[in-house]
Amino acid sequence: MNYLYFLYIEFLAKYNIPQLFGDITFFVIPCVIIFVALLLVILALVLFERKLLGWFTQRKGPNRVGFWGLLQTVADAFKLLCKENVTPTGADRFLFNLAPILIFIPVMICLGLIPFSSEFTFMNFQTNLLIYIVIATMPVLSILLAGWASNNKYSLIGAMRNVAQILAYELPIAFTVLSVIVLASSMNLTQITLAQSSKLGVLGWFCIPCFIGLVIMFISTIAELNRCPFDLPEAESELICGYNTEYSGMRFALFYLSEYGMLFANSLLISVLFFGGFLSPFGKYLTSGVLIYFEQAFWLFLKSFLIIFIMIWIRATLPRMASFDLLKFSWVVLLPVSILNLFLMVILKYIGGLHV
Amino acid sequence: MTKLKLNLGPQHPSTHGVLRLILELEGEKILSCEPDVGYLHRGMEKMAERLSYVQYLPLVDRIDYLAGFFYSELMCRTVEKALNLEISDKVRAIRVMMLELNRIASHLLWIGAFLMDLGATSPFFYAFREREMILKYFEKVTGQRMMNNYFVFGGVRRDIFDLEDVENILATLEKKVPDYEKLITENPIFLQRTRGKGILLKEVALNSSITGVNLRASGFDLDFRKRDKLYCGFYFEPVVLEGTDAWSRYKARVLEIIESSNIVRQALEYLKKEGELNQSLINPLNIKLPEGEYYSEIEAPRGLASLYIKSTNEKTPYRLKWRTPSFYAVNLLRKILVGEYLNDAIAIAGSLDIILPEVDK
Repeated sequence: MNYLYFLYIEFLAKYNIPQLFGDITFFVIPCVIIFVALLLVILALVLFERKLLGWFTQRKGPNRVGFWGLLQTVADAFKLLCKENVTPTGADRFLFNLAPILIFIPVMICLGLIPFSSEFTFMNFQTNLLIYIVIATMPVLSILLAGWASNNKYSLIGAMRNVAQILAYELPIAFTVLSVIVLASSMNLTQITLAQSSKLGVLGWFCIPCFIGLVIMFISTIAELNRCPFDLPEAESELICGYNTEYSGMRFALFYLSEYGMLFANSLLISVLFFGGFLSPFGKYLTSGVLIYFEQAFWLFLKSFLIIFIMIWIRATLPRMASFDLLKFSWVVLLPVSILNLFLMVILKYIGGLHV
Repeated sequence: MTKLKLNLGPQHPSTHGVLRLILELEGEKILSCEPDVGYLHRGMEKMAERLSYVQYLPLVDRIDYLAGFFYSELMCRTVEKALNLEISDKVRAIRVMMLELNRIASHLLWIGAFLMDLGATSPFFYAFREREMILKYFEKVTGQRMMNNYFVFGGVRRDIFDLEDVENILATLEKKVPDYEKLITENPIFLQRTRGKGILLKEVALNSSITGVNLRASGFDLDFRKRDKLYCGFYFEPVVLEGTDAWSRYKARVLEIIESSNIVRQALEYLKKEGELNQSLINPLNIKLPEGEYYSEIEAPRGLASLYIKSTNEKTPYRLKWRTPSFYAVNLLRKILVGEYLNDAIAIAGSLDIILPEVDK
């Protein structure tokens, strides 16, 4: 990041713009880039999911707006912007409006923590991963706010289910992440990625020694994202739409966007932790020079989209779980197994058989 | 803990538009359930008192829009009984074939809707794909997809044709039903959601006048097709399962699809051999039922449906009464949902195959 900073200052100096201006604006640029990129990725993701669900259920998916339905999500977003914002009677106006605004912040922060290439992380701290794990649980706060402020019983039940679910699934995630930290001896996501590099490519990735962790992480992430088969907080056949039942227009769009944003961020995290992040699967990069950074970003995106594909596949196949079995599954199965996995990783590391 | 009163419906995605359940919740546990019906009441019985029999005939399809043929058949059968009309074997075979195809279509829709209630979206589309073939055939023969109005007093409206379509449907079902079984029946999440949920004991079912698949899945062998003159000469075994839970109600419906397609095949073999349809229909405009009371019954996809007509030798009935099976299933919700969790309640209510137009009439 420092490298980019100096490039930027030099660039400004050429045109005799004072350094102070550069110091201030430098931190605004990544925010704008993230926001625009995030919106584009989400629009693509929604279309990706709808198309895939269509194919899984022998339909065509959206194919009317634009070529091959490419503009469908743009049209949908535009429609949502034009819609009226309804606040139900008896709702707590302030909290009701605050919830959709709050839910978007953690998504942006989470994306800022992900290393898109070896030199390109918006916020590169020594404890990147820890911050990510903490921030990623923040949406539950605005979901609880939304459910409480809506003055709707379905919203309230949905929000309560969500809190219970996230509490249950956050612990297995934490233990799995710990085991990865043990393997990589670092809490920095770039370092974790680099710890997985080897001449053998795929064989160096943590998904091989830490396969149990990968499975746990994958299941828990689906649960945290409220996706099928863990979509109880938004169970349409029971709770209409869960916590966002009463939201309309742009407020609903913010919930919807953050849901997909979180899906993208979490799949990025899984690919960083277990699939070597921006590393090439062949052991060496196919390009050289500046192009390497783009190639690294390409690999990361490819990996995360494959993970999202599997999540959509699961959504198309499985029915929803029952609420009590869901919590039981986390506390009784996932948590003990994830702790065992942590011990296993510690032993592996201690023996020192893993010089990757 | 305070009690929470929850209005499930009528505007709720899984009460299918027109059922309202007043639930009392403690947490997510249901303390009491009060079904409120009548949102789709169209006065079917009162209307009959103003309309002549032939005017009323097209309306009866709408009592249960998923199984219109059965109510049509019931109406025709009662009038035929009153006027002592005999139907030929060919007409009988046509009626049996159409009824059983209709039963398959209805059960397919139920499988889709039930899995939708459980949160799985794909089976809905798969089931509709097969149902669509049946509806296309209905449209070809009767001109309508759902409100067919195909049976008339003493016969059928027109002769049947394109029997290879039916063969096609049967071949597809033979291939696809095992696919459903693979996708759904042994799915661990599906088992978790339905095994041991919504237990309906034989005694409770009998006391609540539950009939049809729901009763047979509780281990009581009662299939009105067995004593039906229409089905005379067709070989089939009623599906009786001992499970008493939501899973066995699901399984019974899948097995019944297979059983029904066997009946369709038998009717098909018979119809292939038969020639043109020769029927001499009575003039339906001047039908007057002789004074007296008439009753007939049929095994509809959702259970026993029956029709009672009291006539005073007028052009219109003095009183007409339908017995529709889902009405009793809705009433059962009062008992069966108490003590369950909201999460399971939808699955249990869905497993009873309630269809609201039939409840409200």
